[in-house]
Amino acid sequence: MEIIYLLFIVLLAGFLGFELIRKVPATLHTPLMSGSNAISGITLVGALVASGSDNSLLTTVLGTIAVALASINVVGGYLVTDRMLNMFKKKTK
Amino acid sequence: MNDIVTTINLAYVVAAALFILGLKLLSHPDTAKKGNFISAIGMFIAVVVTLLDQQIISYHYILLGFVIGGAYGAWKAKTVEMTSMPEMVSLFNGFGGAASLLLGWATLSSMGIAALETAGAFTFVTLFFTILVGGVTFSGSVVAWGKLSGKMSSKAVVFTGLRELSILHLVGMLAVGYLFTTEPSNAVWLYCAIAIALSFGLLATISIGGADMPVVIALLNSYSGIAASAAGLATGNTILIVTGLLVGASGLILTNIMCKAMNRSLMNVLLSGFSTPVEAGEKIEGEIKVLAAQDAFYVLEAAQAVLVVPGYGMAVAQAQHAVRELQSLLEDNGCTVDYGIHAVAGRMPGHMNVLLAEADVPYDQLYEMDDVNPRMENYDVVIVIGANDVVNPAAKEMKGSPIYGMPVIEAYRAKTVFVLKRSANAGFAGVDNPLFFKENTRMVLGDAKETINSIIREFGDD
Repeated sequence: MEIIYLLFIVLLAGFLGFELIRKVPATLHTPLMSGSNAISGITLVGALVASGSDNSLLTTVLGTIAVALASINVVGGYLVTDRMLNMFKKKTK
Repeated sequence: MNDIVTTINLAYVVAAALFILGLKLLSHPDTAKKGNFISAIGMFIAVVVTLLDQQIISYHYILLGFVIGGAYGAWKAKTVEMTSMPEMVSLFNGFGGAASLLLGWATLSSMGIAALETAGAFTFVTLFFTILVGGVTFSGSVVAWGKLSGKMSSKAVVFTGLRELSILHLVGMLAVGYLFTTEPSNAVWLYCAIAIALSFGLLATISIGGADMPVVIALLNSYSGIAASAAGLATGNTILIVTGLLVGASGLILTNIMCKAMNRSLMNVLLSGFSTPVEAGEKIEGEIKVLAAQDAFYVLEAAQAVLVVPGYGMAVAQAQHAVRELQSLLEDNGCTVDYGIHAVAGRMPGHMNVLLAEADVPYDQLYEMDDVNPRMENYDVVIVIGANDVVNPAAKEMKGSPIYGMPVIEAYRAKTVFVLKRSANAGFAGVDNPLFFKENTRMVLGDAKETINSIIREFGDD
């Protein structure tokens, strides 16, 4: 049952993603990609548990590196997207 | 489920809602900034609430990883040049893939003998998939980053036996996948899986040339999301599944847009290294007419409507600010200035738009190909800056051309075309461009930035 329920999430999230992103205009494709970088840093959530739990040294080391890499994506991704979006201006006349 | 687990999962629902709302707001330039902020709040909630997890007993290593990663990410975000965005996004795609791979590995290594016995095949299949996609994303992105940043040649690397080697990899993946899932306690299969994933990512991207990089970056962006999603399936973490798939879908849509813009299938792009270059069937007849920047000024001074078509060359010459200055002068002179941007101009989706936005060009003056083509005859002058293939009429006229069938900005239909180019050589794709030989085309040779600056000086002397 658990697997079926997970696959349902996969199905719905996939369709939702397609519907959401389809509407993003070409002008914003680069910020969309850097924003996606930030969001894909969600791996951080999984890595936190691996890094901080009472595990073998190997797991802790792997988890900590994963935390570092995912943090780069989260922090860097959001900041650079914000920096870029600040540049987009409408014609003022 | 105890209270804390319920709280964490409820917070994940909120975080997912915020990610979705954030992406929705990203669909318009006016609301995009707010969307990015809302998405960041979602991430903040997801991370903070995860720290409540009772399995976490020590925060030292978490803090260490976060401080190092966060500091590097912040520094990179603040200092990166807009022209280098494709490299940065590639690198971040790679980090995302690597993080998923390591998470998959860590999940496996944290399982005791008992856990390995009781976990079902689903867990190991998804773990294998996480490691595979994460590894391919990582090594592929590193190669893409190397090509984009000029640290390695951007040419497609092709050698004999490439096809056989790729097929061997695919067969190897199936074999290792079977062995890994049936005997997960044997670390050898894990190392084999990592090795084959890294090697395949390398192989798949070195054979793709620089001009196809927009497709590769978009695809790797998608993979980084899919890897995160697979890690979510393996660990039963719903927020990873949902969020990873949002990214996966985003990357796939962009990949599809890029492929359509080149009139090629994804398979055709990915396997481009295997095909032999097509011989152009026809010779281009005609003569190139060169124009000095000073003479270009006289034509521009009299123009009523100008279209600028930028390409990767504009980024290389860092000419976007000069272009913007020329735009102001033309507008003061009573001329309208539009920008026509082809979907695959530059090295990543939307690359040109960001560069022009950086130079203060309002986004409502940037048009897509389908908006400018119908009114091409109305433009007195089209200025092509560092673009080549995206304005190449061979796509329409020459059946033998490798880019035949690709939709292009039909600059040649305008009254006059200025092509700003370093030399009259073929473009990135190595394709001859008949546009250079057209009756109404004038080549203004030299560094694009220098050329525009000389035209700007002429306006000043006026």
